[in-house]
Amino acid sequence: MALSDKDRIFKNLYGFQDWRLAGAKARGAWDNTKALIDKGHDWMIAEVKNSGLRGRGGAGFPTGLKWSFMPKSDPRPNYLVINADESEPGSCKDREIMRHDPHLLIEGALLASFAMRAHASYIYVRGEFVRERERLEAAVAEAYAARLIGKGNIHGWDFDLLIHHGAGAYICGEETALLESLEGKKGMPRLKPPFPANVGLFGAPTTVNNVESIAVVPDILRRGATWFAGIGKPNNTGTKLFQISGHVEKPCVVEEEMGVPLRELLDRHAGGVRGGWNNLLAVIPGGSSMPLLPADICQTLTLDFDTLTKLKSGMGTAAVIVMDKSTDIIAAIRRIAYFYKHESCGQCTPCREGTGWMWRVLQRMERGEAEKREIDLLWDVSTRVEGHTICALGDAAAWPIQGLIRHFRGEIEARIDRRQTEQREAAE
Amino acid sequence: MAVRRLSPDQPAKFAFTPENAAWAKAIIAKYPPGKQASAVIPLLWRAQEQHQGWLPEPALRLVADMLGLAYIRVYEIATFYTMFQLAPVGLKAHVWVCGTTPCMLRGAEALVEVCRRRIHHDPHHVSEDGDFSWEEVECLGCCANAPLVQIGKDTYEDLTPELLEKVLDGYAKGKPPKPGSQTGRQASCPEGGPTTLRDYVK
Repeated sequence: MALSDKDRIFKNLYGFQDWRLAGAKARGAWDNTKALIDKGHDWMIAEVKNSGLRGRGGAGFPTGLKWSFMPKSDPRPNYLVINADESEPGSCKDREIMRHDPHLLIEGALLASFAMRAHASYIYVRGEFVRERERLEAAVAEAYAARLIGKGNIHGWDFDLLIHHGAGAYICGEETALLESLEGKKGMPRLKPPFPANVGLFGAPTTVNNVESIAVVPDILRRGATWFAGIGKPNNTGTKLFQISGHVEKPCVVEEEMGVPLRELLDRHAGGVRGGWNNLLAVIPGGSSMPLLPADICQTLTLDFDTLTKLKSGMGTAAVIVMDKSTDIIAAIRRIAYFYKHESCGQCTPCREGTGWMWRVLQRMERGEAEKREIDLLWDVSTRVEGHTICALGDAAAWPIQGLIRHFRGEIEARIDRRQTEQREAAE
Repeated sequence: MAVRRLSPDQPAKFAFTPENAAWAKAIIAKYPPGKQASAVIPLLWRAQEQHQGWLPEPALRLVADMLGLAYIRVYEIATFYTMFQLAPVGLKAHVWVCGTTPCMLRGAEALVEVCRRRIHHDPHHVSEDGDFSWEEVECLGCCANAPLVQIGKDTYEDLTPELLEKVLDGYAKGKPPKPGSQTGRQASCPEGGPTTLRDYVK
């Protein structure tokens, strides 16, 4: 069963319609928001919990549960920080929300802030998204002018929304690095605990949520938790923005239900794999940090948190990177390894040194200039980076390499053999 | 990590224009009292925009003084965040070519070759006429429109080497083409029209 149009939340994903307040209202945004606020903080958190919404930024932590960690009576202010530092290779969904339906995000920010008793919220937009930030700022100005947000607004909950931006650092998508950056420092992740819900932005209780997680909140509250929970699969509910890139006929971003079969997603929306399904080599199902899955697993694969975790991969941001048989799979993963080397903040030694080391070894393996025993060594080193760093960037650097070795060890060995044969023949 | 150092050639002075100084004051006021350090990235960014696309060392000290920060705190921001250019860039365009895997799968390496041939063999070097420079950057977040380049605030998407040449021709003539997809598709909609919500297409 495909998601029907009436269940879609992002009605202006491609920008065919007006992004401004009038257009957003015509699509149902800001419709009697006061009635939702009148139902109270606790109702709102319970509703989001019951909807089964899991964070859309990659980790899939239940959003309602995260909200419930926020203190209810603390002398310090509570903050909501929205993570729009979309930088995971493959991911390009928050961009579409910000530039084509910014009011979904702004209304969601008000509602989520009210639920968590926050009177101020920051949206941290990645530096490269200049046009997206300008669009968002214009939409926020509209919302202030219409007294939908701000002090003394028509909803009876004082609320300020500020747009902040970065300057090119993937690590600032990690929530505590984002808070550091927002405080005017280098984006180096903080040790946890304390967690942001206790000590977050400016030392105050803070929740950090992804753009998509917040933008779906108004629809969940308006249509009800049971509506959202009825879409998708148990424990993997609702709709999701899938981003399809790489070797498909028609790359695109599209909203589908959680748990959609991969093949159906590609065939229906992306024109299928380039050269036909049998030309598929592998997919990376959730953005670059998720281990790849080879074609034989993809045949019946469904895209949801639990299925992908069982396969030792992950849902991540639902950024599906498709690779056909023309792909040099070692080069593709080598380029991802370079990405993590470049983006490591340098704070933890295993990551700072390990990401560069793994990249250099993969460069040699790509050319076949390696020994077979180094494959096990590479695996071993990856496990010494994974889980040994303050934040998950170390894991994210290790997993794609582990996925390569798990499923394409034969390819690495064949290339080493080929190179050694060539050298022997050249010597003779 | 990337090794990033300040350029040895620096201007003697830097000052914000009156408009930018007023803008900076308003930005600093957005943050809670005592938290003005938060404004460091926006202020440095504005300084870079004002100074032909790169960030000179006197600007770092100016911003530090405006925010009451030690100079080293601002130096480390400027060297940590890779969008800050620490040496002069092309006057007409500094081209970011996205080279990460989703773009690489769709031909980003050929775009890098165009830049090498046309601008300079090496990244971060200004072309002979002083108008262009380029670098390969990490994921720009437009993967469904890969491959792409970003020049200043705008992205040029769905590129081929030929289409990139056209974009660069446009900048050379001072008439940049319309940003977005260079094959004419609407944002990240599938080529040929949407597969969903067709009633919402104007």
